[in-house]
Amino acid sequence: MSPLLIIEQTLNGLQFGVTLFLMAAGLTLVFGVMNLVNLAHGSMFMLGAYALVMFERLTGSFVLGLLCAIPATALVGVVIEVLVMRTLYRRDHLDQSLATIGLILLLNEGVRIVWGKLPLKAALPAAVSGSVEILPGVAYPVFRLVVIAVGVLVALAMWWLVTRTRIGMLVRAGASDREMIGMLGVDIKKLCTIVFGIGTALAGLAGMMAAPIIGVQSGMGDNVLILTLVVIVIGGAGSVRGAFIAALAVGLFDTFGRVLLPPAVASMVIYILMAAVLLWRPQGLFGQHA
Amino acid sequence: MAEPAGLSLRHLTKSFGALTATDDLSLEVRPGEVHAIIGPNGAGKTTLIAQIAGELTPSAGDIYLDGECVTPLAGPERSLRGIARSFQITCLCHRFSALTNVALAVQAHSGHSFRFWRAAARDVALQAAASEVLARVGLAERAQVMAGHLAHGEQRQLELAVALATRPRLLVLDEPMAGMGKEDSARMIALLKQIRGTCTIVLVEHDMDAVFALADRVSVLVYGRCIATGTPQHIRANAEVRHAYLGDDGEVTHD
Amino acid sequence: MIARTRRPELPLRLLVALAVMLLAFALLPLVAQWFGSPYFIRLGTRVMVFAIAAVSLDLILGYGGMVSFGHATYVGVAAYVVAILAHHGANEPLLLLGMSVPGTANAWIAWPAAILAASLIALVVGAISLRTTGIYFIMITLAFTQMVYFLFLSLQQYGADEGLRLANRSELLGLDLGNRVVMYYVTLVALVLVLFGGWKLVHSRFGMVLRGCQQNARRMEAIGFRSYRYKLAAFVIAGATAGLAGVLQVNNEAFVSTADLHWLRSADLLIMVILGGVGTLFGPVVGAVAWVLLELWLEGLTVHWHVILGPVLIFIVLFAKNGLWGLLLGRGDDRG
Repeated sequence: MSPLLIIEQTLNGLQFGVTLFLMAAGLTLVFGVMNLVNLAHGSMFMLGAYALVMFERLTGSFVLGLLCAIPATALVGVVIEVLVMRTLYRRDHLDQSLATIGLILLLNEGVRIVWGKLPLKAALPAAVSGSVEILPGVAYPVFRLVVIAVGVLVALAMWWLVTRTRIGMLVRAGASDREMIGMLGVDIKKLCTIVFGIGTALAGLAGMMAAPIIGVQSGMGDNVLILTLVVIVIGGAGSVRGAFIAALAVGLFDTFGRVLLPPAVASMVIYILMAAVLLWRPQGLFGQHA
Repeated sequence: MAEPAGLSLRHLTKSFGALTATDDLSLEVRPGEVHAIIGPNGAGKTTLIAQIAGELTPSAGDIYLDGECVTPLAGPERSLRGIARSFQITCLCHRFSALTNVALAVQAHSGHSFRFWRAAARDVALQAAASEVLARVGLAERAQVMAGHLAHGEQRQLELAVALATRPRLLVLDEPMAGMGKEDSARMIALLKQIRGTCTIVLVEHDMDAVFALADRVSVLVYGRCIATGTPQHIRANAEVRHAYLGDDGEVTHD
Repeated sequence: MIARTRRPELPLRLLVALAVMLLAFALLPLVAQWFGSPYFIRLGTRVMVFAIAAVSLDLILGYGGMVSFGHATYVGVAAYVVAILAHHGANEPLLLLGMSVPGTANAWIAWPAAILAASLIALVVGAISLRTTGIYFIMITLAFTQMVYFLFLSLQQYGADEGLRLANRSELLGLDLGNRVVMYYVTLVALVLVLFGGWKLVHSRFGMVLRGCQQNARRMEAIGFRSYRYKLAAFVIAGATAGLAGVLQVNNEAFVSTADLHWLRSADLLIMVILGGVGTLFGPVVGAVAWVLLELWLEGLTVHWHVILGPVLIFIVLFAKNGLWGLLLGRGDDRG
């Protein structure tokens, strides 16, 4: 494998990993604070992509579309949290899993009713739609670099949020002792709604970043969901730091696996990675909750 | 019933990060004796029990049962070697009847359980042995009641029955009288007096009446170390022990 | 006097319910033919196949406490093994590890091979997954299901996502499994055997340990049971039984595809168990009937029936917790 190919694939792996991190961060937060398994998280990815396309068409601008789509997706998340998730917090994981699968069915079909079955395209502004020569002879799509940058920015923002703000403190406290935050006199309901909203926004953002690359269609979040779960298992449920490391690892392993191995085996690489991590540490790299 | 076993703890240490729960603890329990372990809260008594029973692996040190090193054995294997344990917070199968709870303990020690066809409830030997143990602890009338529906005191009795059903050589009891009223406690003490001698008993208790009524010897745990071992009278008079509990206030009394 | 645990005899209500159910299943083909709707016979077989798979899932879910999101894998793998062997039996032999393996449609070879394959996969998945609990267990079983799904999706020679037709139906005791009535009664016999075996199993020594581990693993370990071994054994038994469902399924449909391996199919099985009643053994049969009929009815209403199914599923999870079987029999909490 040539050094140029290695660089290119590393960047691809990072871009994929960063997308997975956006997904995993939200999902692991929701699990850590509210003990909620939300399998509809992949549908938020899908909704974000559709929202981007919709607002982009309305405003004629990618950036404006993005700026409208993010709060819109968060809003949808808040509505779902109030209507459905609140009753699920008290239930066991099996109930949560099945109920959120019901949500997947509803949302996947819902977008098909509104936007039809055919895939949609999200247009990129001219500034980022081309390639740039990052090294002599290596042309790499600008937008993918933007995605990596956005991901790193979000990671930094998450770190700041969790370690430097009051909400972050509550999140960390909640993650290690859920009953405690109730006793601190915090409005639990609002905290849960905010955390869920943030999680949804992150997933939606991941979808928006992915839309110009993979297109937009119903069910696009289902496969991403499974990979996100793998990331969370490897990184440890409830740990954002674990999600980051695991997401990048999964992104890189998967990308290089596809380049180096036959297709049948390539798909299995990250599951083998997951199995290997679990044999060593059954609670994941940084896991706290079982 | 198998011969009572002696227990030997040698330089047992257990640390959780910076916290040392068990600190180079060495202790000898003679076969057949009732050995009480007392100590103020936070002394590491429950951690010690967990290590003896095999739930926790010590950071250092060894545990010997009748001279045989059992440290590498996990909980289930230790049970099969003859160490039985009762829990401080009742730990039963709440949806099974009292009899079934005990029958399972009997079953664990009579042949393997990879039998997929014959109903366990029709195994006369199992059920008879379980009934006998239940009768011994005084729960014969409540055999068919679901464990979750028993009164607290009855549940504590059932805890003991389940442990006894495994025919232990060493019985480790973690506050068997926790949460019991005077009557129930007296009954439990009488029961323990009956089984005294049939197996070695290590008893962690706060109830000093029980300790003085039952124990042949007492060890005092403070901050994970054993600071004194002796007869109850000796311990009662021990100045260091008094200080550890009350700070020079007189006799050791119960909480 | 020896106090005895109540013998696991079937209370009267339960016996009556079972008898009615058996009668209904036994008479279905006759009724269907009389009404001139033979389609319902194949549908009935389909429902019973799901029922077998759902009952096997209830063993580990309801009696073992293991929330497996990958149970469809064992059904699908077994179905594929039968189809692949039949394919090579009708066409060129299979090249495996340098050896030329002739295919076959002989049930005495294909069916044990299929069930063995399902059991082996269950053994590997279980051995790794059962080292974890709670949410990790759910996610890992989901992940392993995906792994197998993608594996079969990549096998172009066996149809990938377009699926594989069954070249020849299995030859079993000279029976014509292509005949829908014959296939129906063969499946019914299998279902009855599975239910009978399951009943014996959950009341056996093994079953009692498994159920004890579900209620209080800590207590079970303290009296001398290694809960991991029993759970793993149950997982493999359930996988093997699901494999039985798979060989029946592929013979009924004469077709298998990667859709049978998808994790949403596993979710279907979980829903059938919940709908019928977790930990009731017989409930999942009712659950399978109800769920298949519900899907059929909704499919007929609109092409966008998923948008109705979703909220219905949410409703079932939130409000139908005790399952239909509990409703039919009244609350009976007799387990032990």
